[in-house]
Amino acid sequence: MFENLTNKFEEIFSSLKKAPSLDEAQVDEGLRKIRQALLEADVALPVAKELIKNIKPKAIGQEIIRSTTPGQMIIKVVFDEIVKILGDTNSEINLNAVPPVCLMLVGLQGSGKTTTAAKLAKYIEKNNKKKSLLVSLDVYRPAAQEQLNILGEKNSIQTLPIVKDQLPIDIAKRALNAASLSGVDTIIFDTAGRTQIDLSMMNEIKEIKSLTNPTETILVADSLTGQVAVNVAQEFKKAVDLSSIILTRVDGDGRGGAALSMKFATNTPIKFMGTGEKIEQFDVFYPDRIANRILGMGDVVSLVEKATQDLDEEKIKKTEESLKSGSFSMEDYLNQLRQMKKMGGMEGVLSMLPGVSKIKKQMDNANIDENIIKINEAIILSMTKEERLDPKIINGSRKKRISSGSGADTATINKLLKQFKMMTNMMKKMSKGGHKDGIPPDILNQLK
Amino acid sequence: MGIFDKFKLGLSKSSKNISSGLNDLIFKRKIDKNMLDELEDFLIQSDVGTESARELREKFANTKIDPKNSEKDKIFKIFSSYVCEILKPLEKNLENLNENKPNVILIAGVNGVGKTTTIGKLGKILGQNNKKIVFGAADTFRAAAVDQLEIWAKKINADIIKSEEGADPASVAYKSLEHAKNNNFDYLLIDTAGRLQNKKNLMDEFKKITKVIKKIDSHAPHETFLILDATTGQSAINQVEEFKKITPITGIIMTKLDGTAKGGILLAIGKKFKLPIVALGMGEKEDDLQKFNSEYFSDALMHS
Ligand SMILES: Nc1nc2c(ncn2[C@@H]2O[C@H](COP(=O)(O)OP(=O)(O)OP(=O)(O)O)[C@@H](O)[C@H]2O)c(=O)[nH]1
Ligand SMILES: Nc1nc2c(ncn2[C@@H]2O[C@H](COP(=O)(O)OP(=O)(O)O)[C@@H](O)[C@H]2O)c(=O)[nH]1
Ligand SMILES: [Mg+2]
Ligand SMILES: [Mg+2]
Repeated sequence: MFENLTNKFEEIFSSLKKAPSLDEAQVDEGLRKIRQALLEADVALPVAKELIKNIKPKAIGQEIIRSTTPGQMIIKVVFDEIVKILGDTNSEINLNAVPPVCLMLVGLQGSGKTTTAAKLAKYIEKNNKKKSLLVSLDVYRPAAQEQLNILGEKNSIQTLPIVKDQLPIDIAKRALNAASLSGVDTIIFDTAGRTQIDLSMMNEIKEIKSLTNPTETILVADSLTGQVAVNVAQEFKKAVDLSSIILTRVDGDGRGGAALSMKFATNTPIKFMGTGEKIEQFDVFYPDRIANRILGMGDVVSLVEKATQDLDEEKIKKTEESLKSGSFSMEDYLNQLRQMKKMGGMEGVLSMLPGVSKIKKQMDNANIDENIIKINEAIILSMTKEERLDPKIINGSRKKRISSGSGADTATINKLLKQFKMMTNMMKKMSKGGHKDGIPPDILNQLK
Repeated sequence: MGIFDKFKLGLSKSSKNISSGLNDLIFKRKIDKNMLDELEDFLIQSDVGTESARELREKFANTKIDPKNSEKDKIFKIFSSYVCEILKPLEKNLENLNENKPNVILIAGVNGVGKTTTIGKLGKILGQNNKKIVFGAADTFRAAAVDQLEIWAKKINADIIKSEEGADPASVAYKSLEHAKNNNFDYLLIDTAGRLQNKKNLMDEFKKITKVIKKIDSHAPHETFLILDATTGQSAINQVEEFKKITPITGIIMTKLDGTAKGGILLAIGKKFKLPIVALGMGEKEDDLQKFNSEYFSDALMHS
């Protein structure tokens, strides 16, 4: 459906001249296309809109990595944002309670609850070394209880015997008793499918929840779900306060937008996903896999990642070479500062330079202010090319100009120049193998 | 309550947003770009898909609209005529199915969409006037699938032919057609296991079912109904596309319209594939299947 998005992007951006970073017009145009891609991937409209709104300021000003296009950069920014939203979850199932620990599965009709109940029992047995009791509270759908019990038998998981004509709440009570008698660790409650607008059925799961007091109330949702996903997840959350989501039928060809919709709208972690009908086809949730599908532009994302990586490597190599040849310039220093910013500070970069483990330790203790990196970057950016290559020429009037360009006062500029001079001296020493003493303390002080 | 009242009632629950949304949009402001954007948004939220939404937007954009209440009907008419233009020719009446004896109806669809339940409901409708119904339990894969169908058979007084779990579904289909033929049944409804359309082996298995029953009756299956779930998003289009490649689809039934899903994707599917639409599922009970009527469908989509 959407293979051509990449091409569309190329079309739009080929007319735009290359710039060092994304401007607002580019971002707007790109995000318009992204919005459509999201909708076609079944991301719910309010979620797509909100997402775009949040991404916009992050995308504007984003550096365009050489050998990539503005379109590709935007895709990468969106991808990272989607991964961030889907991610930051842990896949630990909460079993912290006095046994029997109860888990409850809820969801729409046919979403995969019964199958997932069995899968979850098997998973807990394998990973948490706990035995489960499977209990079906679905007294509505014909043969629903039989379905769960057959799954249990086939996979050597305990099940609660079926008693005809018992109400869900009474079955739950019977399960609690049976579990404490047999010493089983966990009870997994499978419930009947229900639409979120069916008030009496929603009340039923509320009652079951307050009786069983589960450590996890899990929404089992089909990854093929369309625009209703948001409303479904929100309503279930409102009724029984979901603790996690399990996504089913990820083996389908769906674009998986529902996952993003539900996570975004309810901030409930997606912990697992079903990848087939068989009991072992169950996996922890991988945000990047789903993010890739939603955007359908995995190629572009890896292309940008590769370009970023290549560039980083190249820059580090260049710095190394400059170091060795003793021709370390302001330009190199700027590169280094940018690398620092990207890699989370000094430590990241320094640890990549040859033979600096000792220096690194020193830096750890030195408490370097990351803000200085930003100020220094601004100062260097306000220098002319000439000045960057040969900082010695920077006289009073040049300093004035740099100061008004960068917003830094002359004292700060002087500090940077001094620091740079010391740095080059040190580099020269280091390249001759004389770095045994680490960074001279006066340089460290400069960076504080 | 008449059959259509119930239909409207069920559907109206699911279309509140679209209708009140349209009301706010169309009658409080004049049509400008923002409003068209929002109109498109409302359509998208009913799962019609971006393409149909855009097309409909253009229809509205090209119409001169005086922002007065008197023009209200005009807007609804544009919407309704657009929907009906696409869906009216696709209405398929269960009463007019070809007179074969037995009439073999094969049910297809991905997992959990409501195939088995729909067979129960269809059996009830087709069994009126003392027609003899038999179910073929060809879902031999899912646990207790046969028990589920068996309970439905009892409920609506149908016969059932089954085999043990794990048996070859094609052989069950064959056996059930044999039984239907020898015992003078009017309708044979064959339930199949849910299968995702991107699984080649399962799609091949389905193809085999259709081939094997042709050995008994070269015209069978006389109908193959594809079941779609209204809560499904754009994947429903792929579902139609892929099942259609395996065997001719003679009818679509959309289920779960009693929820909040609006089933707008039917528009996109109707437009793209021009396949007949048979009925809509409005609940889990045996009477919760409504015949498809495009006016009521578009009406219910618009009004609350
Ligand atoms: N609300 C609602 N639920 C429905 C409808 N049709 C079916 N269901 C429910 O959806 C669930 C799945 O229905 P089934 O008939 O078992 O679906 P299936 O396609 O046979 O499922 P598999 O054989 O497991 O692939 C059950 O809980 C049904 O009660 C409908 O129109 N509305
Ligand atoms: N392909 C696939 N099918 C699944 C998955 N999970 C469940 N199913 C199928 O979906 C259908 C409905 O599942 P079921 O567990 O009965 O759903 P419930 O009605 O929510 O209890 C069955 O046919 C299952 O085999 C999955 O992850 N992938
Ligand atoms: Mg179930
Ligand atoms: Mg079934």
